[in-house]
Amino acid sequence: MSATPTTPGTAPAGPDMHSWTVKVREAGVEALPPEKLLPDGQPTYVASWIYMFGVASIASLIVIITSGSILALKGPAWWHDTSIGHFFNSIHMWGVELFFFVMVVHLWGKYWMAAWRGGRTRVWITGAIIFLVAVPTALTGYVSQQNFDAQWIATQAKDGLNSVGVGAFFNVTNFGQMYSWHILLLPVAVVLLVSAHVLLVRTHGVVPPFELEKRPEFAAAADGAPAPDGAAGAEGQS
Amino acid sequence: MSRFSRMIHPKDDTQQWKGRYYPYDLVKELFIAIGVITLLALLLTILFSSPDDKPSTIAQWSQQKAVDFTTAAVKELDGTSPTAEYGPPYNHNGSGQEAWIIKPQKWLGVSHPINTEQDFVVGPLETIPNDPALTAALAQYKAAPEKQKKEWAEAYAKPLEETATAEEEKKTPPNTVSESNGTVVVKTSANAGPVPLMMASLLALAKSGGVDGSLLTSKQFFQTDYTKPLLFMADGGLLSERAEQQHLLGDQWGMMNETGSYPGQAWLWLYALWYQVEPFKASENADILVMMIMGVLSIAFICIPFIPVVNRIPRWIPIYKLIWKEHYRETGSA
Repeated sequence: MSATPTTPGTAPAGPDMHSWTVKVREAGVEALPPEKLLPDGQPTYVASWIYMFGVASIASLIVIITSGSILALKGPAWWHDTSIGHFFNSIHMWGVELFFFVMVVHLWGKYWMAAWRGGRTRVWITGAIIFLVAVPTALTGYVSQQNFDAQWIATQAKDGLNSVGVGAFFNVTNFGQMYSWHILLLPVAVVLLVSAHVLLVRTHGVVPPFELEKRPEFAAAADGAPAPDGAAGAEGQS
Repeated sequence: MSRFSRMIHPKDDTQQWKGRYYPYDLVKELFIAIGVITLLALLLTILFSSPDDKPSTIAQWSQQKAVDFTTAAVKELDGTSPTAEYGPPYNHNGSGQEAWIIKPQKWLGVSHPINTEQDFVVGPLETIPNDPALTAALAQYKAAPEKQKKEWAEAYAKPLEETATAEEEKKTPPNTVSESNGTVVVKTSANAGPVPLMMASLLALAKSGGVDGSLLTSKQFFQTDYTKPLLFMADGGLLSERAEQQHLLGDQWGMMNETGSYPGQAWLWLYALWYQVEPFKASENADILVMMIMGVLSIAFICIPFIPVVNRIPRWIPIYKLIWKEHYRETGSA
């Protein structure tokens, strides 16, 4: 709020380099310029169905969050009492099943590509942590269902969690606590991790194939065919 | 560099792509993916719906399995039920699980205190109004020394436990326990003091739904914590009987399954696997051992890029030639 106002009709002064906002903006743009954040081209090696599973994981997460939000809006008992509620619960459940399926295929695909190469270890690490955080996110959903599955899974899961001390602060037989974890804390963690993962993918690009140094494309001079607008050095999807 | 050194520290010669690009619409791809996943979820919903088996209640348990309920209740009273002997985080009556010198269950202490005698039996009975006989029985029980309480409860529990053991082993049970007009009749060989009346009253209260309510009652009006009723029911046989019918027991791959023929939490397969094999299957410390193994494996999963051999397998087993088949064909150097 301390910027000096400019006179109408005159050019604005240059950015205040002492401004925290300017510093954050410029660091962000430098790390991930718009054409790298949302490129309109892909390297030619990105040509396999396996690449679809990264974006399918994000799409599944969107379906889960959308259906989960509708369930949350109506409250935890709604889906037991109405057929429309049960319908949205089913979409939510199958969204979770699809999410784990496509995420596991995505992880296997990235493993066989050794996708941590070329300074991409943080991409792998965030991806692996997303899977590990998604597991308790789903578990808290199962024990929040208020049906027999919830009763049985809670009474079984408590022993594993109690045995390592986690049960002291994460009580799966406490519906209120599990519901809070399920609809707020863990989904926020998953979304933040997915966001970090996607930004890291955008920053580093899709890992190139093995043994690329033997090919002319990897000559020091970038003398290949020109990339489409906004595609240079900004390899594509997850 | 020796072969071993190369294995430990593989050379990462991955370079930035300087080759050709082709036009691609990432945003369109995302919207198409959302559409496809939504359609798949809708299709699966229409075809298979989702399971929603009604929960059990203590009222149902006591109505359907009165003897089992009474057996569990008297074990809560004499402190021999699984919950009574659990240890942390519920009480100090057990040390909890341990692995060598690692005892996190004990270290974290009692965070959800449960006194099964008071919380599951005496407390609910004290909510019953206008019953002079029960009031006198409770007064007699509460005034007795601990040793006397234990003897009464064990005298009542012995025939019930013998009956339960015989049924479990599919033998003819002794003729000491029977059901008559909705009540459980137990022939004790020793004086059980006020315990028979207390158990009969608790069974009647449970059948009316009173125990369900009293186990949720706290100082607050709103309730969200079902720890006590769930643990009480888990000490009995109704939940496990339903679970066995639905293939949900630990030796049936436990909680990764779900009622019906739904996929459940299939991603827990590795966790559930350990419980199917020795030495974990028969170990009293199976939970902590399995959790520790899964903890180590989870860290290893995150650290795959740094683990020798594991991080070289993708290079040795050339699945990548299938993934980048088009690329290698175009560049002619597969």
